[in-house]
Amino acid sequence: MKNQRDILVIDDEPVITRAVSRICAEEGLTVDAADSGSAALDMLNVRSYRLILCDIMMTDLDGFAFLKEAARRELRIPVVMATGYATLENAVRSLTEGAADFIAKPFTADELLAVVRRALRARRLQEQAAAGPRDSLAFVPCPPRYYRLGNVSWVKEEREGTALIGLSDLFLKTIDGVAGLELSPLNDEAAQGAPCATVTSAAGDRHCVPCPVGGRIVEVNAAAKADPASLEKDPYFEGWLYRVVPTDLQGDLKSLVSCSSDRL
Amino acid sequence: MFHQRTLRKRLGFKLTLAVCATALVTITVFAVSNIRSHSRSLLAEVERHANQLSEAVKSGTEYDMLGNQRERIHESITRMGHQPTIERIRVMNKSGAVIYSSDAGEIGKMVDKKAESCYMCHSAGRPIERLEMKERTRVFRLQPGGPRTLGIINPIYNAPSCWTAACHAHPRSQVVLGVLDVTLPLAEVDKDIRAAQVEVVVFALSAIIALSLIVAFLVRRWVDVPVEELVEATQRVAGGDLRHTIAETRDDELGMLARSFNNMTGKLSEARLQLFQSDKLASLGRLAAGVAHEINNPLTGVLTYSSFLLKRTKDQPELQEDLKVIVRETIRSREIVKSLLDFARQSVPKKTEADINEIVSRAASVVESQLALNHVAVSRNLDPGIPKAAVDANQLQQVFINLFVNASDAIGPKGGTITVSSAALSLSPVGITQIKKAQCPKRHSLIDGEVRIDGRPSVRLKARSDGNEGFIYLNPMYGMGGHHHGIPVDDRKVIALSCPECSASLLQPNRECPRCGAAVYAFESPPKGLVEGCSRKGCDWQRWEEVDATGAREFVELRVHDDGCGIAKDHLPKIFEPFYSTKGQKGTGLGLSVIWGIVDNHNGTIHVESEPGAGTTFILRLPVRA
Repeated sequence: MKNQRDILVIDDEPVITRAVSRICAEEGLTVDAADSGSAALDMLNVRSYRLILCDIMMTDLDGFAFLKEAARRELRIPVVMATGYATLENAVRSLTEGAADFIAKPFTADELLAVVRRALRARRLQEQAAAGPRDSLAFVPCPPRYYRLGNVSWVKEEREGTALIGLSDLFLKTIDGVAGLELSPLNDEAAQGAPCATVTSAAGDRHCVPCPVGGRIVEVNAAAKADPASLEKDPYFEGWLYRVVPTDLQGDLKSLVSCSSDRL
Repeated sequence: MFHQRTLRKRLGFKLTLAVCATALVTITVFAVSNIRSHSRSLLAEVERHANQLSEAVKSGTEYDMLGNQRERIHESITRMGHQPTIERIRVMNKSGAVIYSSDAGEIGKMVDKKAESCYMCHSAGRPIERLEMKERTRVFRLQPGGPRTLGIINPIYNAPSCWTAACHAHPRSQVVLGVLDVTLPLAEVDKDIRAAQVEVVVFALSAIIALSLIVAFLVRRWVDVPVEELVEATQRVAGGDLRHTIAETRDDELGMLARSFNNMTGKLSEARLQLFQSDKLASLGRLAAGVAHEINNPLTGVLTYSSFLLKRTKDQPELQEDLKVIVRETIRSREIVKSLLDFARQSVPKKTEADINEIVSRAASVVESQLALNHVAVSRNLDPGIPKAAVDANQLQQVFINLFVNASDAIGPKGGTITVSSAALSLSPVGITQIKKAQCPKRHSLIDGEVRIDGRPSVRLKARSDGNEGFIYLNPMYGMGGHHHGIPVDDRKVIALSCPECSASLLQPNRECPRCGAAVYAFESPPKGLVEGCSRKGCDWQRWEEVDATGAREFVELRVHDDGCGIAKDHLPKIFEPFYSTKGQKGTGLGLSVIWGIVDNHNGTIHVESEPGAGTTFILRLPVRA
């Protein structure tokens, strides 16, 4: 494609766009910076990007408005939201409005790179999936009656009123091999969108997993904990992470994407 | 200002003036008419006396007249005329000549028909022959400016003995032979009248003065002083002192006014408190969110650059250590901002089953190191057998951290002990269950968020009694009584209660209060069935079958006791108010009001017991099932 660069970073704070540019440049990624949503839209007219990193709280055109405009233009570029207004509600909401992932500010260089790599790889996998034959999928989408938080975690309601929580195949594929898994202890309380597990990739990156629903952990999958690599074999059934008693399942489900609708 | 108001404009003065003016007019009219009637009756008495006298003179001289003994007649009249109570006696003949007189110089003179003694009969041209006694008397002054005199004329009529007498002095055809004129001095009578006048005026004046003084005193006492108090109180309330109350010692209308005034300021201060609290929390939330947003960007700069440097300088171990410190501390700042936002959000509690002992322990361990610096120890006396309760663990932890820090502040630098204890408790639903929903038969909500009782939205019913129409605000705490009546209600009269929106009656036909027999109201409190209660003011009977049926409810009671300075009695009711702080610069005063809000959100209660000098205990009760 003509004139393509890797990342467009949008933030009204120059210190942040500069920091992001330098961190990504160090990794060999090409980065453009825009200081507002409208400036970014102008740049998108002349160039294409593999990934957009966008702040939510901006003065002229906020992150949600930018997402809407990006969807209207059918840009098909994954957008990672960064929010200084580090409320989980905002982050979760951005995922339902078309964002690929989110990162809470302030973040470290490693946290940023982990999200960026994941998003770039997810994009590639999704393109492969769209292009390739149906029977040799690049990743396994989540099964019907599952709900997902972005492309990272899923939740499945159980008959007893509990719910299972796990990691999506796309997420596991994007981190390129699970080397380690840190799980929260039993009886821990997690809110929707709050980090509930950390996955270490083969390359050594640490990825925080946001919890898809709020609730109390009543069971931890001991098999998964003992052998993190086993998650990749069966992420949707044997590879669950937690069984939780949800606080407000129906309310939380409204902020999630139904996997049944993915298949239509 | 009231005190600068001139005397003329004061209500008491006006009232006193009005009463005195009325008294002045009345008493003056009475005095004048009294003096008049008194002088009239005195004069009538003198008239009667003069008449008798003139009759006596007439009959006393009749015999001598018949005998024509002129010398004797003259002598008798002169003698009688010289009595001190008699001014003058004279007899005039028909032609007006004075025949006899006690004033010898007058004899033989003619009296003009126009003279005052003749005028009565001779004024109409033809002389009148008979006169009523009233018309025969006249009052006149002999000399202008001299004393008054009363004259009475007595006509001497012709009689058979006169024309048959030896002297044949009078012909038979004559009707009136002459006139006897007696005049009496009125000086004595006038003196009497003047004395009586003085007496009446003195009486009237003293009555007016006494009345004025009594009225002024009573008006001052019954009107001026209480009105002054009320005016002063309204000014203080207008100036913002909503805690000012008026002594409710009187039972008249002004006493009622004082009571409703106190009631009004009470409600006003309650409403202001609520407004204050929500306002303060809202602005604090905005502030926290604003600060978090503003601080997040510079923090991001620091964190990204320092972590980036950390990555780039892996070959320089001397830099690595320092950079790690920067990264670690920045991440710590990030956590502080996050907790600030959590605090700002303080929304509906996210309740999950939790072990309250564990929450208490966690809160204690958070502050323990800080308290140890002040030589304050936390002693735990937790009952491991308490049931788990549905609570928001984070909010509750905040409650306990706040209580511990407050307790430590109360203990001060000399050191002491905070004792926290937990226990399971079983309480009857009466007095601890809040009516949170209330509906009329047509499903209109009766809950009124504006009028609150003890900070909780009340249940509003329309009431009609004795021609008065208004609202009754029921205390939402089941069975607690303490309802507010918006209209005066006689507790013996029947009171009609209905929905304020659709006027559907809420009284239950054929039901009577088991305690006093009065009518019973009822409303739906979904989903927990019918709440019934007695409509009579003063009777607190209520029944909520579905809640009663659940029996005693389980609570976890937590006590946080400190052996610090305690709280003064007059501070106790205010400590849960926002901004109320005795810590001066140290505290913001928000802590306890936030605690109150959190506990209330959990359907729990918090109260405080304190003994100045001995310590303070905060007692929290949280329902095991919300």
